[in-house]
Amino acid sequence: MSEGDQIMRGKVYVLGDNIDTDQIIPAEFLNLVPTIPEEYRKLGARALAGLPDEMPPFVTDGNDKSEFSIVVAGRNFGCGSSREHAPICLGAAGINAVVAETYARIFFRNSVATGELYPLESAARLCDVFQTGDEAEIDLDSGIIVRTATGERFELKPLGPVAPVIDAGGIFGYARKTGMIS
Amino acid sequence: MATTTEKILARAAGQAKVEPGDNVWVDTDILLTHDVCGPGTIGVFKREFGQDAKVWDPEKVVIIPDHYIFTKDDKAHRNVDILRDFVKEQGLPYYYDVGTRDYRGVCHVALPQEGHVRPGEVIFGTDSHTCTHGALGAFSTGIGNTDAGFILGTGKLLVKIPPTLRFVLNGEKPEWVTGKDIILRIIGDIGVDGANYCAMEFVGETITAMSIEERMTICNMAIEAGGKNGIIHADEKTCDYVKARTDKPFEPQNGDLDAPVAMEKSYDVSSFVPCVAEPSLPSNYAPAGDRNDVKLTRAYIGSCTGGKITDFIMAAKILKGRKVSIDTFLVPATTTVAEGLMSETIDGVSLVEIFAEAGCLDIAPPSCAACLGGPADTFGRAQHEEVVISTTNRNFIGRMGSKQAQIYLASPLTAAASAVAGHITDPREMM
Ligand code: SF4
Repeated sequence: MSEGDQIMRGKVYVLGDNIDTDQIIPAEFLNLVPTIPEEYRKLGARALAGLPDEMPPFVTDGNDKSEFSIVVAGRNFGCGSSREHAPICLGAAGINAVVAETYARIFFRNSVATGELYPLESAARLCDVFQTGDEAEIDLDSGIIVRTATGERFELKPLGPVAPVIDAGGIFGYARKTGMIS
Repeated sequence: MATTTEKILARAAGQAKVEPGDNVWVDTDILLTHDVCGPGTIGVFKREFGQDAKVWDPEKVVIIPDHYIFTKDDKAHRNVDILRDFVKEQGLPYYYDVGTRDYRGVCHVALPQEGHVRPGEVIFGTDSHTCTHGALGAFSTGIGNTDAGFILGTGKLLVKIPPTLRFVLNGEKPEWVTGKDIILRIIGDIGVDGANYCAMEFVGETITAMSIEERMTICNMAIEAGGKNGIIHADEKTCDYVKARTDKPFEPQNGDLDAPVAMEKSYDVSSFVPCVAEPSLPSNYAPAGDRNDVKLTRAYIGSCTGGKITDFIMAAKILKGRKVSIDTFLVPATTTVAEGLMSETIDGVSLVEIFAEAGCLDIAPPSCAACLGGPADTFGRAQHEEVVISTTNRNFIGRMGSKQAQIYLASPLTAAASAVAGHITDPREMM
């Protein structure tokens, strides 16, 4: 995701509550090291591989990118493990933002620290509104997500104290900007 | 007035006081990593600080490979090689290498066991169950590779001070109620996000009466309610445990019991019963006695939650003189636990003999094993539609391997009793 992209458009993949990190990236793929470029791509190919089999495929066989670029979910997204592979595999698959009602702490923190994706919070329960395959547009400046087909607009909660860290592209960017490290 | 968590973090931030919601840079006393997240952490460190960068303090970095150890998976071996090279290059003194006498096993049992956990200190680990170490009065929490890479270079991390939720546990604990039953009950009450972003502080006479290992079981699962950390005051028992394992000085930072908290909840533990968490969330609480209808295909005793020596002693109490009726997998958390299985006895019979006579499968070498599924050849990994009763901490879909497997979390007593009966069983029936 490049800095300054304030408008994001794309197809939405919809999930429910308590999507845990084992569903986001099953443990058998944790032998992949995210900082090795080839393995970063492979993590993208395995994103959401732990979802129940009846769910629509997130990344189709043979691809390492998803046709979706926004995830919409319910409460407590990313609960469980501290594996940074979780936000990374979503970012590697091409997800720019997750819009959930709430996040588990470590997933949120890892999304911010890595700058892989925007962990956005919606005021309303959007996983009951959106359907997988819907087109959506997120305007970060005005804090709005729009369901393209119907024009419905939904409010996103302000990012608050983490906004400067996300804007700086993650913890390293932020620390450099604020003079913590050189 | 301040809670334990606030006192520790204020000190680590060099401030007189911190308030929940403050964002502060804190100094790290211990950074823990393992074979799954260590290579990525090292990758981040090198990318950001340069190929020749040195870690901020070699004495404060502890690396414990434990996840993918006894597997033929090439990448798993490559990952341990990355750790090994880094340890050598940086001259790190605390590395518990696979295939050597230094190997220990599961990091959250090995870390306190080897004296790296001290009251009043700040511990970060690239593993969500790093919250275990709050059992010894430390602030300890799980982080990702990027934050850990940052710490490797600077020794510091930006931390948001968590509000504290205080759980007051009083009343005499019946012998069939374990730390596992207590934490599963609490998670059942508050839900898997009931403590999201918060410190879970456990106080009260029941906690004081509990062993350090049982306290660890409780703090280990704080993350299953979304907690940032679990924490228990350091008392005499804590200090004795720590002093037996390290000469390093430490200063407990016990909080004020009347410090304001975001929530306080009291329990009378004498009314608790043995329980399980049903698939596929740790909050799906049910009394074990209400689930006799659940037929099992295997039992699993192991992990940082339920693979300590006290856990195996509990299981052995049930299994002595009985036979298991389903495949029963035993994975000691560390090599020290494995040794304990030979040296600990009940009525003169060693635990190893008790388990063998009960018909358990051969005891596996220490590691995380099937607690998180792992590569296909992992010991105890659920490959099909198994129904497993397990002393581990997570029963998410696919957590132990196959997405078709159903996992019931339970104490070692309940797991052992259920292994005998072949269905979920209240251990009181066998005590
Ligand atoms: S035993 Fe299980 S929960 Fe504990 S560190 Fe290993 S994989 Fe994680």
